Amino acid sequence: MELARHWRLKKQRYALQGEVCPHCQTKIFPPRDICPACKQEARTDHTFSGRGKVVAFTVVTQPPKGYEAQAPYVVALVELEEGPRVTAQLTDLGDEEPYIGMPVEMVTRKLRTVEGERGIIVYGYKFRPRLTVAQRA
Amino acid sequence: MTEPLFPQRSVGIVGYGAYVPRYRLPASEISRVWHGGYAGHPVQEKAVAGPDEDTFTMALEAARNALARAGVSAEALRAVWVGSESHPYAVKPTGTLLADALGAAPSVQAGDWEFACKAGTEAMVAAIGLVGSGMADYALVVGADTAQGRPGDALEFTAASGAAAFVLGPAENALARILATYSYVTDTPDFWRREGEKYPAHGQRFTGEPAYFHHITQAAKGLLEALDMTPQDFTYAVFHQPNTKFPQRVAKMLGFTPEQIAPGLLVPRIGNTYSASALIGLTAILDVAQPGDRIFVTSFGSGAGSDAFALEVTEAILERRDRAPHTEDYIARRTEIDYGLYVRYRGKLAE
Ligand SMILES: [Zn+2]
Repeated sequence: MELARHWRLKKQRYALQGEVCPHCQTKIFPPRDICPACKQEARTDHTFSGRGKVVAFTVVTQPPKGYEAQAPYVVALVELEEGPRVTAQLTDLGDEEPYIGMPVEMVTRKLRTVEGERGIIVYGYKFRPRLTVAQRA
Repeated sequence: MTEPLFPQRSVGIVGYGAYVPRYRLPASEISRVWHGGYAGHPVQEKAVAGPDEDTFTMALEAARNALARAGVSAEALRAVWVGSESHPYAVKPTGTLLADALGAAPSVQAGDWEFACKAGTEAMVAAIGLVGSGMADYALVVGADTAQGRPGDALEFTAASGAAAFVLGPAENALARILATYSYVTDTPDFWRREGEKYPAHGQRFTGEPAYFHHITQAAKGLLEALDMTPQDFTYAVFHQPNTKFPQRVAKMLGFTPEQIAPGLLVPRIGNTYSASALIGLTAILDVAQPGDRIFVTSFGSGAGSDAFALEVTEAILERRDRAPHTEDYIARRTEIDYGLYVRYRGKLAE
């Protein structure tokens, strides 16, 4: 059981692996095994699409230890299209300014390093402006 | 023995995916900083990974695209192999990171391949063997790099970032069947990087004729002869792309036309993506190819060697290619940066 839990945590960090409530179909992220809507047990895995929109954001200029390499960066509250809200960095903004309602999608990126160049690299999800896919006949 | 390799059972590409980072460094910027603006430009610009990207993160996005096109679940993969010369760790495989992040672990082969710019195609030949022998139904191979040139070195114009991923599987489920492969390698001192060194070194005299042109033409001719085919039997061709001129010249030497190589010739706009170079060109060709088209692919890796492949596109391409972003979608997503930002993004101040 410990191993299974470990796996699920990893999936939740690399991608958006959450749960769906078998009773009321509420989508749950992060997974907590109890449905926040109907309070019943909810352990069914659900992989989120990764698409959502920015509902709030702030620019971090004084980053915590381990995050210095990417500062300044934008942290946003993203509402996933399935409902739940998650807090994550925005990335690949390029010359775009973030705004409320900005359509974004999940990507997996370097979050930080532990002990600088010697330590482990921690990867996890962030959101970027949604890639524009050309219209095709 | 110029015998090509044929697997016991026929193998093909079931899904493919590309990734190109957003940032572009124009050659004119490097020329301005290091050459007073007087240098010739081997490419227009190159793709540069952002500060939170590396070979693993780029391989992951390309692999997710390949799995989406394949319509195969990650659990079905029996190998996750990453070819690169810029793995994030010197010791700790990119392959396990990728297998885990995709959901392919733990019952899977996972590991890293190294052979300069042909590490990805070397892994592809091995995956053809794994699937072709019947040991596995599906295998994922990736070529990905965040290539680095020493500041001021000629390589800095072209050393770029990108990734290409392929799910290989049984030919009956393929969007492109692999007709055969043939490889040609020798010990050639054209380009190397010693353990612990950050930037590569190169033997100027060896990079052109005895390395790139010799190995590509020998591998390509070997495969064409063995298949009893000529360049005219192919709709498209793609060769390793260290700069704009080399692939154009080697195509001409072999008898391929500028039209055949045009869709896969991405180097002027994204630079040399090393292990991804020929393979990302192949993704761009698959984005436009039609059922029945044949594609000729030849990689090159310093040290040195080439892998040649002959492919034939199937009907499955039509319903699968729009399941993920096209390679041109990534190339169109473009933000120009200056040399200063480039130095920061690629960690060039941390010597
Ligand atoms: Zn519920």
